[in-house]
Amino acid sequence: MTVEWLILIPLIGGVLAWIGGRRSSLLPRLISVASLGAGLAMTASLWNASPPVAGRTAGQAWIAEFNTSWIPQLGIGFHLGLDGLSLLLVLLTFFLGIVGVLCSWNEIKERTGFFHLNLMLVLTGIVGVFLSLDLFLFYFFWELMLVPMYFLISIWGHEKRAYASVKFFIFTQLSGILMLLGILGLYFIHGRSTGIYTFDYTQLLGTRLTPGQSLWLMLGFAAAFAVKLPAVPFHSWLPDAHSEAPTAGSLILAGLLLKTGAYGFIRFLVPLFPDAVESVRLIGMVLSAAGILYGAALAFSQEDLKRLIAYTSISHMGFVMLGIFAWNELSLQGAVIQMVCHGFSTGALFVLAGILQARLHTREMSAMGGLWAVTPRMAGMGLFFGLASLGLPGLGNFIGEFLVLLGSYRVSGLVTAAAATGLIASALYSLRLMQRVFHGPKRDDLTMADIAVRETTILAVMAAVIVVIGLYPGPVLETSKPAVEGLIQKGNPSLTPPGRGPGAVKPGGESSGEMLR
Amino acid sequence: MTDLLWLIPFMPIAGFTVLVLAGSRLPRSVTGTIGTGTVGLSAVVSMLLAAGFGVKGDGYVVTQTLWQWLSVGDFSPRFSLYLDALSLVMVLVITCVGFLIHLYSIGFMKNEEGYSRFFAYMNLFVGSMLVLVLADNLVSLYLGWEGVGLCSYLLIGFWYRDSANGYAARKAFVITRVGDTALAVGLFLLFTNLGTLQIQELMQRAQAEWPAGSKIAVIAAALLLAGAIGKSAQLPLQTWLPDAMAGPTPVSALIHAATMVTAGVYLIARTHVLFTLAPPVQSAIAIIGAATLLLAGLSAFVQRDIKRVLAYSTISQIGYMFLALGVGAWSAALFHFMTHAFFKALLFLGAGAVILAMDHEHDIFKMGGLRSRMPVTFWTFLIGVASLSALPFVTSGFYSKDLILKLAWSSERGSVWLWAAGVAGAFITSLYAFRLLFVVFFGDRLTRAKSDPGISMTAPLVVLAALSVAAGLAALPEPASGRQAIQQFLSGVLPAAHIRDERTPELFLLLIASCASIGGMLAAWLLYVLFPRYAEGLVQTRAGRSVHRLLFTGWGFDRIYDRLFAGPFLWLTRINRDDFIDLVYEGAAWYSGVFHHLLGLTQTGKVRWYAFGIGLGAIITIGIAVFL
Amino acid sequence: MAPVPIEGVLVLAAVLFTLGFAGVLMRRNIIFILMSIEIMLNAAGLAFVVAGSKWGQPDGQVMFIFILVMAGAEVSVGLALVLRLFHRFRSLDADAAGRMKG
Repeated sequence: MTVEWLILIPLIGGVLAWIGGRRSSLLPRLISVASLGAGLAMTASLWNASPPVAGRTAGQAWIAEFNTSWIPQLGIGFHLGLDGLSLLLVLLTFFLGIVGVLCSWNEIKERTGFFHLNLMLVLTGIVGVFLSLDLFLFYFFWELMLVPMYFLISIWGHEKRAYASVKFFIFTQLSGILMLLGILGLYFIHGRSTGIYTFDYTQLLGTRLTPGQSLWLMLGFAAAFAVKLPAVPFHSWLPDAHSEAPTAGSLILAGLLLKTGAYGFIRFLVPLFPDAVESVRLIGMVLSAAGILYGAALAFSQEDLKRLIAYTSISHMGFVMLGIFAWNELSLQGAVIQMVCHGFSTGALFVLAGILQARLHTREMSAMGGLWAVTPRMAGMGLFFGLASLGLPGLGNFIGEFLVLLGSYRVSGLVTAAAATGLIASALYSLRLMQRVFHGPKRDDLTMADIAVRETTILAVMAAVIVVIGLYPGPVLETSKPAVEGLIQKGNPSLTPPGRGPGAVKPGGESSGEMLR
Repeated sequence: MTDLLWLIPFMPIAGFTVLVLAGSRLPRSVTGTIGTGTVGLSAVVSMLLAAGFGVKGDGYVVTQTLWQWLSVGDFSPRFSLYLDALSLVMVLVITCVGFLIHLYSIGFMKNEEGYSRFFAYMNLFVGSMLVLVLADNLVSLYLGWEGVGLCSYLLIGFWYRDSANGYAARKAFVITRVGDTALAVGLFLLFTNLGTLQIQELMQRAQAEWPAGSKIAVIAAALLLAGAIGKSAQLPLQTWLPDAMAGPTPVSALIHAATMVTAGVYLIARTHVLFTLAPPVQSAIAIIGAATLLLAGLSAFVQRDIKRVLAYSTISQIGYMFLALGVGAWSAALFHFMTHAFFKALLFLGAGAVILAMDHEHDIFKMGGLRSRMPVTFWTFLIGVASLSALPFVTSGFYSKDLILKLAWSSERGSVWLWAAGVAGAFITSLYAFRLLFVVFFGDRLTRAKSDPGISMTAPLVVLAALSVAAGLAALPEPASGRQAIQQFLSGVLPAAHIRDERTPELFLLLIASCASIGGMLAAWLLYVLFPRYAEGLVQTRAGRSVHRLLFTGWGFDRIYDRLFAGPFLWLTRINRDDFIDLVYEGAAWYSGVFHHLLGLTQTGKVRWYAFGIGLGAIITIGIAVFL
Repeated sequence: MAPVPIEGVLVLAAVLFTLGFAGVLMRRNIIFILMSIEIMLNAAGLAFVVAGSKWGQPDGQVMFIFILVMAGAEVSVGLALVLRLFHRFRSLDADAAGRMKG
């Protein structure tokens, strides 16, 4: 059993669920949960079996690898590799996949077999993206995520689903093609200079590029990743897609799909084009800070609950991007934690929004209010995840944001200070959400059941994960540490200013310019 | 025994966990017992630990490392507790006053729904506050710092059905978060430049590496100060505190008077090394303190809501603490924190008893003559008022305020002006405090008031009244050094103020300060007991009205902030609700639609038009091919 | 046989082609349009033939035969369409079929 099974399991599970869907609507759910559970267990066992951190040097970070040729004529291989970073994200994928199936248990009533096929295909694509070490294969999985997601939105979505799904498709497809151009450019440049035509990531890493080539190829890759992440100003597909998708779709979009963009930045963009990234770093950081604030400001003004949550994703992913462009150990580890915790906290908020919509048949917050009196358990959960999303210390998101900002301060104090005001903005929208939905006067005609055992369990587990990461993030950080260290070495050395070692003494009275580096 | 340190913050947090998970299923008596008992146990443990400090306290430190919080690169904060004389004073006040207020809440909240929610939040608050003061690194401190802010939000908005409470709660959280963000940036700066966030190590490195007055030290201190200002409701971030009175009264007593709002004072005292390296910032603290104590005191004088009087009074008294910090009288600030915690908690709890007796009436001018119906409340409230007004010799407030005033005069960083502001503040304090007392408890007797509350509510009042008097003992001079006991106790942590001039006219200062507070009392007596008409008439004049309105609205800060920040922000977000960036993409879609229609127009269905098009196209193509 | 002057024939072909094209544009009756197209095709054929004879290549005549066959096929399909149109619209006016635009 090796790493390729992590891709095959959801694929097979999806096909089986499709076939099973002809017999009953329960079968596909059970099959999906079972196969995702198997995937989760397998990943966890890989994690467990992985050699201790001390045994892995930064260069050899792969916990498991799989390499076989696929289309040898063109130098395309089926090359998969799992390191700490991808392991965390694959774990997240399987976990949120299970949550996705569970939370759509009663929501999806039509064509359940096909629904679960699509769901599992998206997950297959996502796992593939997290594991691929061959650029062609990466592109293949990148596109594989897209089509079933399109179906999920356009078939099982809400009122404006056609608009939203087409918008999603055009944005991602167009940017994906730019990335394909980038991949092909890199392929030919590398082939011409060395005579070896290959898509293999490990071989392409050291390709010599002129600054111009490097910049343009980097922009091609960056287009795809920035749209997926999403970075302002390429974000506008996100609120539509998130708010129109069914609950499981929103969950997977916010929890996982956005992470593929961040993962692409970390795994491919910076290591492949270190110099080009170095030259646009400040722009990237400014865009990230702008995303943090702009997303938060938009979230604040929304009336539609799911749209509000969708915009908070833009704000949160801005922190991830800031961490990536700051490119040092603190900020990257922060970005990793932020990715994982954002998956849980925002995912859970979408689950809650889905529950509310199923009960009230609306997403308008004006129709809610005072729910604390009606559904105290749900309100408590809402409060918890709202607080997680505003970055309350003690919860996982705080660790992520704090590390990112701490790391990025080394690079630019001013940008960091601007990004830090996002903490105020996040308080504004989170508390507004609480007020509009759960607090305030109760409407007399409002009666509904509190969350059931199944829903409570899902949310409680997600909450527990956030608390554990918030108070004891050691295991997560240890897992991603070798991967992050290895990646940092691949970046441009000038990207990572040396941290101040303990005990080192600096002469006093430095200028403010030095201080606000 | 020092191994028990972890129990101090753990007990309330455990109580919170139990109440959250099982709260609604527990009977009320059990809920109250858990909520109060856990804090009580913390108090017992902290007293046990305090025994180890003895009377002198200096230099004695208890530490306990719980676990490594996170470790990334050279950033590795631990969950680690650090108890020295400074945090011990804080811990004792927090747990003891906290316990009394919890006890009081059992009676106060007995008819409210959400009983277990209330105690859960209160326990979480005490736990967070203890984490804050026991933290040995600034990240853990920030954890507690935000935790208390959260509890403040939750408890201000405890009666969530009223949207106004929710607004007050959000206002409090957001405004304090402005300060918190500055604090966070301060942490980034400190870590980036000094490479650690362990408080003790940080202070040593700052001392070693940054010359006094260097730019970076000033910026770092200013950022920390911004955090402290937000939390402690000082100018210009004080506007949230009066509104925070929307919460239940025990909350106001615990969070918005005794403990949380003094977290800023604690932070500055804890990192005082940094502030001594930044003289401009320290002067700013003193000026902020002096300005705040005057402005808030004047506002307190005209309020009608009993709790708002006390809220402005709190802002004003914390102003005294800031004044003390600003002149380098660190231990005096702590002393005033302690006495203030006792008498202000007492006043709030007394106010709570009055409010309950009046069926949730807050307007002091609808009260009156409560003296005879509520004797226990009256006498304890009187002690609280006397202590707040710093009536000489019998009250603890007198000693702590006197110490501050003396040092404001004589310390190296002090000046006559700061001292004068403090004395004027003392007069104002006494004026509004006795105004409150006279209006509520004297005058015409109202029959509809109920009598004193039950023992669970009066007992804390009596104990706090006793403490309000007894805390003055801490000002007894230490025979060995001649310094006051509290200064001596804290001397291992907080250095003594540098005295500018040894020949301070102490007796003269004492006399003036006493006159100010007694004068305030007499003025209140004249205005509100002897000639109540005169005060009313004064307000009715043209100038009186506008001054009254200015003071009543807290100097109009709210309106300015609404105009300056809230309004534009709301306007911007409202007009941008549909995201103008999306318009670019919508525009692209619209133009391709238009283009589609234009092309569609050429498809007329007239076959001869098509032929014409083909011909024309052929001619143009051939023309281009031939001539170019 | 004296060689035919090639310029004259080409001018003739051009004139015929233009006439045919003018007919396509101006006539409304579909039958006449089809006839005009035939004229254009034949004009092109004529040009092919004369060009073939000029270069002494058989390709010109091959192309002419090709055009003939194509014209025949086109006329048969075209007339069938015309018949259907006539049944549908009771008119031979090409503009009447404008309703098919979609």
